Amino acid sequence: MTETLTDRQEKILAFIKRSIQEQGYPPTIREIGEHFGIRSTNGVNDHLKALERKGYLLRGELKSRALSVIEGGKPARFVRREVEPFVGYGLSMLIGTSFLAGSLWLAGRLPLPSPTISPLVVPVALFTMLVGLFLIVSRRKALTQVLGYLVLENAIYAFGVGLVEGTPMVVELGVLLDLFVAVFVMGIAVFHINREFDHIDADRLSTLRDWAG
Amino acid sequence: MIPSLLLIPAVGGVLAYFVRRAGPRRALLVLAAVAHAGMTAATWRVEPAPAWGGWLELDALGRMFLTITSALFLAAALYGVAYLREEGHGERRDVEEGFLFDNAPEATFTACLLLFLAAMTLVTVSQGFGLLWVAVEATTLASAPLIYFHRHHRSLEATWKYLLICSVGIALALLGNFFLAVAASGHGGASVRLVLPDLIARAPGLRIVWLRAAFLLFLVGYGTKMGLAPLHTWLPDAHSEAPSVVSALLSGALLNCALLGIVRVQQVCAAAGQAAFGQGLLVGFGLLSMAVAAVFILGQADYKRMLAYSSVEHMGILTLGIGLGGGGTFGGMLHAVNHSFTKAMMFLVAGNILTRYRSKSTEEVRGVLRALPASGILWAIGLFAITGSPPFGPFLSELTILKAALDQGRAGVAIAYLILLAVIFVGMATAILGMAQGVPRDARMTARAREPLLRVVPAAALAAVVLLLGVYIPPAVRTALEDAARALG
Repeated sequence: MTETLTDRQEKILAFIKRSIQEQGYPPTIREIGEHFGIRSTNGVNDHLKALERKGYLLRGELKSRALSVIEGGKPARFVRREVEPFVGYGLSMLIGTSFLAGSLWLAGRLPLPSPTISPLVVPVALFTMLVGLFLIVSRRKALTQVLGYLVLENAIYAFGVGLVEGTPMVVELGVLLDLFVAVFVMGIAVFHINREFDHIDADRLSTLRDWAG
Repeated sequence: MIPSLLLIPAVGGVLAYFVRRAGPRRALLVLAAVAHAGMTAATWRVEPAPAWGGWLELDALGRMFLTITSALFLAAALYGVAYLREEGHGERRDVEEGFLFDNAPEATFTACLLLFLAAMTLVTVSQGFGLLWVAVEATTLASAPLIYFHRHHRSLEATWKYLLICSVGIALALLGNFFLAVAASGHGGASVRLVLPDLIARAPGLRIVWLRAAFLLFLVGYGTKMGLAPLHTWLPDAHSEAPSVVSALLSGALLNCALLGIVRVQQVCAAAGQAAFGQGLLVGFGLLSMAVAAVFILGQADYKRMLAYSSVEHMGILTLGIGLGGGGTFGGMLHAVNHSFTKAMMFLVAGNILTRYRSKSTEEVRGVLRALPASGILWAIGLFAITGSPPFGPFLSELTILKAALDQGRAGVAIAYLILLAVIFVGMATAILGMAQGVPRDARMTARAREPLLRVVPAAALAAVVLLLGVYIPPAVRTALEDAARALG
């Protein structure tokens, strides 16, 4: 994923590495500017941004001396194998159980169209659907959110198979194709998120908002 | 005729992906847009035959929305040629944070643009609910790469939100489809086709509980796509990060397509004698959307986000109109037409301003009338049109909706509606007039810039349509809207 560097960028990267090795901490933007005779901090910033974009450098937010060099892929603090959910596992189980009760109650209020259909179809579909939605909102990783979306789709499809007879072939094919493409497009998006940010934590996609807080 | 309406953009899109040179590819884009617009215009003279055993049929409402979509796409394609010529390639500097980024390959962009048109066309001609759902989901998937045209982290974030929120919303609409199928299935298990005319014919026999549940799911599902508050969260991000030409299409054409989904199911409800159930919900969602938009428009620092929230507001207005029923429905449908043309025009102009000033901040942009005279005038015209001042189209439709509310003696709704419109007027006028007047901050900007014809004429043409609709509604359009209003009860 790393790209080649210009001469200048190469030298700046080397300077940062040397400073970290010799002093134990990275240089400030001003120090880099003085060393290379770049007068404006903006100029230095451009180089740093290019280095960051190309995947050689990681810049902390708004702090001076917050540069870390990336070597052999990712900096250590970004490797988080554990999926840390927003809602803990114990609480998730509890919420899931309440979903089950809720779907049974709701299904009791919807009269079935024909007595031959199992009375469990509607509650099962509703329950699975709620679980899917819960997964989407309570998990961090973009990939887990896609998983939640698939659970949701499964629930809807289970409902369709159980209750609806005679969906036309064309529509079934359309649904299938759409689902396939949806997951495909989401997959591409996850790939881009991973490449752009070095992580797939959707909760860190939070730059866009109305008021800076 | 309907198949060729679908095939022109679809085939064009696939071809565009494989054309290597930029010139022919842009010509292909314009050619497909012109051909599609020509075919659409022809449908007003010759009633197109239903295709696919009644699954595809162009009724009055569908034709209205198809015409809007096609006209906007033509304007966007012409503008897009100039846009791509200036901004299509090479490394660019981000306007907000100053880092460098690349654009997506132009071939992919053009291909997705045309496929997006094909999907929207399918929405307008679908009579079957299943097919309509497929088409709406297809619009999401075709437009997601368009939002991620500028390859940087903010547009990626917007794309992800758009994809996930809209896909989940539309998944609920799929469940609504199944609920509708259950509502329509006979007592012996005999099923009815989920095609609009069949459903309307058999409406009195539908199961009411399931029909109501289906309506709720459709409202939430397509309402997400349409940007009704509180389901609108993807909308400002997507509209502000997408290239302006895409924002114009998203706001002007795509939101209408989602509206069409809600209108279709409301048609079935009305035929089943359940119009009142849906109308109450629509009024509530309408007013809530306007209120949320008003809060975020006041003091909005980013003019593209402001336009996006204005879209939320207008979706609220027309939902309110449809919810009021009677004359309000006519007003709501008319407002859909007016809003599409006005908002698309404003986004195209916003693109010109963004290109020149390289800033999305309402504070930093000053003196547009000096630096970009033509765009500046259109920007000011757009302000008055979008906030519903005479003599522009939106004034007429907003007045019709107000009249409907007063005729029904719903003074509370009317007062809330007027207050929210006034607040939004103040919010938008402060921002837009501030941008248009004054002297540019940067001394280099005081000189007039050359404005490429293709970046001004499409927006000017749309502005002319908005003005025309304010003084004269063509009889054919009026009949189509009245038919649609009658079907909704």
